[in-house]
Amino acid sequence: MKCQFCDTPATVHLTDIVNKAKRELHLCERCARKNDLIPDQPTPHVDLKALLGLLAGAGGAAAGGGADPAALTCPGCGLQYGEFRAEGRLGCPADYDAFRPALEPLLERIHRAVAHAGKAPHAVRRERRAAERDDLRAALRAAVAAEKYEDAAALRDRLRRKDGSDEPR
Amino acid sequence: MNLDSLLPNLGEWLRGTGPESDVVVSTRIRLARNLVNYPFTNRASAAQKGETAARAKEAIAKADLPYALDFIDVAVLSALDRQFLVERQLVSRELATVLDGPRGVAVDDKESVSVMVNEEDHLRLQVLRSGFSLDEAWQDIDRVDDALEARLTYAFHPQFGYLTACPTNVGTGMRASVMLHLPALGLTKQIDKVFRALQKINLAVRGLHGEGSRAFGDLYQISNQVTLGKSEPKVLGEIREVLQTILQYERQARNALVKERKQAEQDRVARAIGTLGSATMITSEETMELLSAVRLGIHLNLIDDLPATTVNQLFIHTQAAHLQKLMGQPLDGEERNAARAKYLRSKLRELGTTQR
Repeated sequence: MKCQFCDTPATVHLTDIVNKAKRELHLCERCARKNDLIPDQPTPHVDLKALLGLLAGAGGAAAGGGADPAALTCPGCGLQYGEFRAEGRLGCPADYDAFRPALEPLLERIHRAVAHAGKAPHAVRRERRAAERDDLRAALRAAVAAEKYEDAAALRDRLRRKDGSDEPR
Repeated sequence: MNLDSLLPNLGEWLRGTGPESDVVVSTRIRLARNLVNYPFTNRASAAQKGETAARAKEAIAKADLPYALDFIDVAVLSALDRQFLVERQLVSRELATVLDGPRGVAVDDKESVSVMVNEEDHLRLQVLRSGFSLDEAWQDIDRVDDALEARLTYAFHPQFGYLTACPTNVGTGMRASVMLHLPALGLTKQIDKVFRALQKINLAVRGLHGEGSRAFGDLYQISNQVTLGKSEPKVLGEIREVLQTILQYERQARNALVKERKQAEQDRVARAIGTLGSATMITSEETMELLSAVRLGIHLNLIDDLPATTVNQLFIHTQAAHLQKLMGQPLDGEERNAARAKYLRSKLRELGTTQR
């Protein structure tokens, strides 16, 4: 396979899937370097802006079907996905919902994941615990109503443990 | 805060102590946080930046922490003072030179904790510690984060976690990095092998001043790339694991140097001290390269009477802004090289360095 920019054999291959449309890039090392896709040693950091720009350029022809995400607009700050693609910076927290269909494939590429694992603010943790307790109480009521007393006892113990582990603030 | 009062101090990261300090200079963890209901800094008006700065300042001032955080208004600082803060690793180059409008940094008196306001994200919390100290750094920054969060509402998404201006930081918003001094791996040409191994497991290697900077003086920063899908302890655990291997390689290479070419190393260190102590013009790059040799000499026990802390002091004081503050006047490039050489000459004479 030859490089899309010159006739040298392609050694760098990038694939991206946006809205089920597959976009591929095949470049020789020199062209990949020229487009900042391979940084100089010793940094293995992929330049986000360069990646976004190049994928957008190659996608024009290959994407075919599927709506162009460039027109997605955030109702919060008015930023368009196309602008984000050019600048590499989002405009406000609401962009993550507004651009979700285009962002998820990008996050998958960067982090190999699309969902957070780890710390959450106290307020969020409190809400989560309250929701879990509500679920347990509902299950307990259902177990009692169905006369499944063993299940009910187990659920009551879990509920007690949850109340006990509540953080002071 | 009077910045000149920081000048004689080394700051937490240059204390030269802490676990594994023969190889690990310092540990740093930063968290990116944004306030809900405001655009990110790059899209905020001056008025909005004023509001986020005011909210952040209030939360910082009232934060329930065992130490005070002093707020420095970076917007009104001279270019020299901003560069000074960059050299002390308290603010980023971005905050100092690229960004405009209301912005600043809050710092504790040990220079271990700092909170940048209106950088790329509204808040950039940072903890610096000497040596290899990921767990302690995480405990510290977790506490600062909790204290600020008690007074601010962060932009947090049930799926994506802490939201950031750049999707490369979303999720935990955490970047943990360790600064390593790897002269022996450099001398024995094994350093590329280490970098290739790191790239495979998604850890980044950078020079002293972060993204895009060259590695001077055999100093490298290793940090995580991934912020989404892995918890903070998991990421820290991965760095810790890799670090053990790098430490082992570097120490093996150092032992081999002493065993196979002690004389040559001794000569190299002696020449480095000779040049530092007698040059009349010297660039900051050359200073760093030579100090790297001296630092290695100390840890290989090739030099007497020169503590690692002194190397750190020479290292920070010979950087451009520090040097100009020490000399009490602005200096251009050539003048700086002369002033740097003069400073090094007098310091080394004071210490009366001797070799074994």
